[in-house]
Amino acid sequence: MNKSIEQIRTEALEEIEKAGDTEQIKAVSVRYIGRKGIVTQYLRDIAALPASQRPEAGKKANQTKKAIEKAVEKALSKLALSAKDAADAIDVSLPGRVSPRGSLHPVTRITKRICHIFERMGFDIAEGPEVETDYYNFEALNIPKNHPARDMQDTFYISENIVLRTHTSPIQVRFMEASTPPIRIVAPGKVYRCDSDLTHTPMFHQVEGLLVDENVSFGDLKGLLTLFVQQMFDEETGLRFRPSFFPFTEPSAEVDIQCVMCRGEGCKVCSGTGWLEVMGCGMVHPAVFENVGYDTSTYSGFAFGMGVERIAMLKYGINDLRMFFESDIRFLRQL
Amino acid sequence: MKISLDWLRQYVDIDVTPAELADMLTMAGFEVEAVMDPFERLNGVVAGKILEITPHPDADRLACCSVDTGDRIRAIVCGAPNITEKMTVPCALPDTLLPSGIRVESGNIRGQISEGMLCSESELELGTDASGVMQVEDAFSPGTPLTEALCLSDTVFEIGLTPNRPDCLSFIGIAREVAALLNQKLNRPDIQIQEADPDIREMTSVTIETPQMCPRYSARLLTGTAVRKSPAWLQRRLLSIGIKPINNIVDITNYVMMETGQPLHAFDFKRLSEKRIVVRTCLSEAEKTFTTLDGKQRRMDDEALMICDGQAPVAVAGVMGGENSEIGDLTTDVLIESAHFDPVSIRKTAKKLGLSTDASYRFERGVDPEGTLFAMNRAAELMVKTAGGAIAGGMIDEYPGRQTIAPIRLSAERTNRHLGTGLSAEAIAGHLSAVEFSVTPKDHDLMDVLRPSFRVDVSRPEDLMEEVARLSGYNNIQTTFPTVSAKTEPPLRSFALKSEIREIMAGFGFNEAIHYSFTGKNGERLEIPEDDIRRNELPVLNPISESQAIMRTTLIASLLEACQKNLFRQERDLKFFEIGKAFYSHGTESLPDETGLLSAVWTGARRPHFWHEKPVSCDFYDIKGILESLFSALKIKDVVYRQTDAALCSYTRPGHSAGIRADNREMGLVGEIKPSVLHRFDIHQPVFAFEINLDLLISLVPEDINFTPIPRFPATSRDMTLIIDENVPAADVVRKIEALQVDIIEDITIFDVYRGKPIEEGKKSLSIRITYRSHEQTLEDAPVNTLHQKITEELLSAFDAGLPE
Repeated sequence: MNKSIEQIRTEALEEIEKAGDTEQIKAVSVRYIGRKGIVTQYLRDIAALPASQRPEAGKKANQTKKAIEKAVEKALSKLALSAKDAADAIDVSLPGRVSPRGSLHPVTRITKRICHIFERMGFDIAEGPEVETDYYNFEALNIPKNHPARDMQDTFYISENIVLRTHTSPIQVRFMEASTPPIRIVAPGKVYRCDSDLTHTPMFHQVEGLLVDENVSFGDLKGLLTLFVQQMFDEETGLRFRPSFFPFTEPSAEVDIQCVMCRGEGCKVCSGTGWLEVMGCGMVHPAVFENVGYDTSTYSGFAFGMGVERIAMLKYGINDLRMFFESDIRFLRQL
Repeated sequence: MKISLDWLRQYVDIDVTPAELADMLTMAGFEVEAVMDPFERLNGVVAGKILEITPHPDADRLACCSVDTGDRIRAIVCGAPNITEKMTVPCALPDTLLPSGIRVESGNIRGQISEGMLCSESELELGTDASGVMQVEDAFSPGTPLTEALCLSDTVFEIGLTPNRPDCLSFIGIAREVAALLNQKLNRPDIQIQEADPDIREMTSVTIETPQMCPRYSARLLTGTAVRKSPAWLQRRLLSIGIKPINNIVDITNYVMMETGQPLHAFDFKRLSEKRIVVRTCLSEAEKTFTTLDGKQRRMDDEALMICDGQAPVAVAGVMGGENSEIGDLTTDVLIESAHFDPVSIRKTAKKLGLSTDASYRFERGVDPEGTLFAMNRAAELMVKTAGGAIAGGMIDEYPGRQTIAPIRLSAERTNRHLGTGLSAEAIAGHLSAVEFSVTPKDHDLMDVLRPSFRVDVSRPEDLMEEVARLSGYNNIQTTFPTVSAKTEPPLRSFALKSEIREIMAGFGFNEAIHYSFTGKNGERLEIPEDDIRRNELPVLNPISESQAIMRTTLIASLLEACQKNLFRQERDLKFFEIGKAFYSHGTESLPDETGLLSAVWTGARRPHFWHEKPVSCDFYDIKGILESLFSALKIKDVVYRQTDAALCSYTRPGHSAGIRADNREMGLVGEIKPSVLHRFDIHQPVFAFEINLDLLISLVPEDINFTPIPRFPATSRDMTLIIDENVPAADVVRKIEALQVDIIEDITIFDVYRGKPIEEGKKSLSIRITYRSHEQTLEDAPVNTLHQKITEELLSAFDAGLPE
């Protein structure tokens, strides 16, 4: 009895653990608890011990034998199970049963993103009719009949006084009529212009915004839109405000962003200028406030608007405007 | 508007590069859309000296010339009648693309080699003369580029002018802005007029019968002029901005209009009846047919303002002159009209005639009423210089519509508050004065500002603030943030839900499509009944095409078209949905009803192809399942599907479509598209679709979810199988069980439907599983069996059903 029973037990369990197949496990089993096994021999040798030590040694040796038996059994069943698993192996490289998700239209995605940025700044969403009266689409926005500013937007008419809205600005007027400042809204939606060529579709989407409060300045407008551009594109995107004209704002501005393709170096997308026109904006014209009964000595505000397709084209690198409305599944699936 | 830099330099000293100037103009509100060389098209055209001319051996009208083009002597075949030896002419070398689009090539003209082309004015778009080759001064040696020989080198800006700045539709207008930007002086041309007897008022008169439409009419008279080709400098100016020279008199009216912004017209004075001018509208039907100087006969209306002589109209006021008083080669006496017309009147006439001219464009936007005399005198001066003759003494200046300009009170403090700037009152006044506003300070803050007469766009303090912002530079305004209240409205539920519904549909594998809101006529091709609301179609008055002429009352047609286009491209498995509006007309004088719709189509495979399964096509229960899953996702309960009458099916197959009702309202339709409709859309495989009222759907979505406690006692279920009439809808049986209002029934499921042997024809077997559960106790078998038996009996009698054998 050179080794202690504990040592034998440890060695036996280690060997079982290491044994790779049934044969090896069985061999270990024979070596320890077979008829001439080490533990069996140990049990026999106990008889030679003094009577006082026998019960304790016998108990330990029997426990060891049981532990080894159990370990052998466990190792064998484990092996048997894994053998069964391997027997009906499948080709895991074959494709799975997919449940493909459909897609959201790029206009939906970008509209959501634009609105989300403004919602975080405390803007509410507003919607309105797509077929509008001449009053809401034009006159209330300081675009009288027979004014050359009407030429800026080719209009679809239903009749002399009913039009397809050419912008979502009528929503602003309707909203102002129904509430009092402070006002912060963004109005997304379809708009219509009687124009169809490579770079114009007769229907497209806009998001327009309006903020009215006391002491709102053009500087505030610049700040808000700068923040928007940086969140819509990225922090590095430069922008500039360029004087322009819209009948319903004054001063009016176009917002140009640094070309997202060439970073302002000048390329085909920006016609070599390094700038891309993405938004129109300005301080609300006093005539518009007068039309909705707001006191222009108390309130000021600004409005802005952008074409959703235009932004989507820049964000996603879409180079053909007409793709938006063609429902080509090869286009939609990419979203 | 095109601005030639060379021409612009006449009025202002420019000490920056063209690129810098373009940038400054853009940032001052005059967007330079393009910078170009207007004579680029003439690259490849050189001065050539004709050395020798020999007749063409095989063509009577052609001649063979040997031409020195500097690099070498070329053989060139030419058909012009005016060529002579030693003449210097423009010669287009091979590979030159002429303005007409013709590319000059080296080749063979009826057997003779020709290595270039001798060109006429008209071929080079340098004038209208097409009678023979153009002559170039002999001083230029062969090979000199034509642009150099004719001094045709320039930089031209294409400026996109906004409609509020008609004052800048002229070189002087732009020069004024440039002067302000560069801190330079504006140099207006000095005008020297030599008048001769007799006085104009002895020779003619002007009567304005409609002073509202014609607030001012000024005129001068020239006698003894000779109409001929304009001198080179004048031609060059006009050519640089794309205007074709015609003759000296007409060219000068155009030149001065471009210089000053004041449209002018020149009449052949001798052709005016009674030698006088009457400004009025048409008096008779005969007068309403009028031939403008472009040779077109036009129909005038009662409102159109006409310039008439003693008898009849001679010009459409502010739009275009008449053929009957046009300047021609024989004209000797010229009446110059420099008038001011009402913008709205001119716009209406130009719109009705479909005729927009440089003159009408300016009058519509607003011309300086004080500018008539300057332009008229400038034109008279230049005409005498180029056409000779004498200017009659004095002038006519009828000015019934003179208006006074009221000062605008401007506060520096308000300006700064509005813009977010910190400008001193002096700085503000300085910016305004730079563009000719006259400023009178009232105190340290307030000032009275008088606008110049040409700034017809300015009437309010805000207009002045814009000028200040523009001239001090938008990009110099400090970026700030609005301080806003934290108060917001509750979110717009419909917008949020639409977004959620889109996500759900995409989750079900549908691709979102967006189509134009206008289509062709859908009523017929979708077989929509005559009295259906979807027949209340709203037509667009001025559609782009017939296929975009009607506002949609259903989205199904657009979705079927989308299927067709994709099927054509071999994409056979398609799932589309669209959210859009239906427009139900109430006549064209009022706004239509706009109702939100959610529509979807499904065609082709039920699932993407999988290697382990046979492909299965989608069917009615797939599309219906989508609807049911959508309702379930939105927690909408109690939706009823009913077999629709054949008459109401429209585009769906009778017997394969269901009307959807919820909250006792019709919500829409789900079904298989009729083969006859598919045929019309050129689709050759089954398509399943639904269209529902989105507004109604949204209104049914519960605001909140109400949880019920998780049951503490086990459920028990019992099955039954009934043999019933084929025609009895399964849902009727389920509803009948529900109507019994047994409180321990938790769920009713149809788990099998069977037709065929051994069941007799005209009947089907329906297997139903009812789940029972009490919230108070564990149910005992016996009472459940009794209850189930009772329910079975109720059904047997209610549906005249039997039990399986």
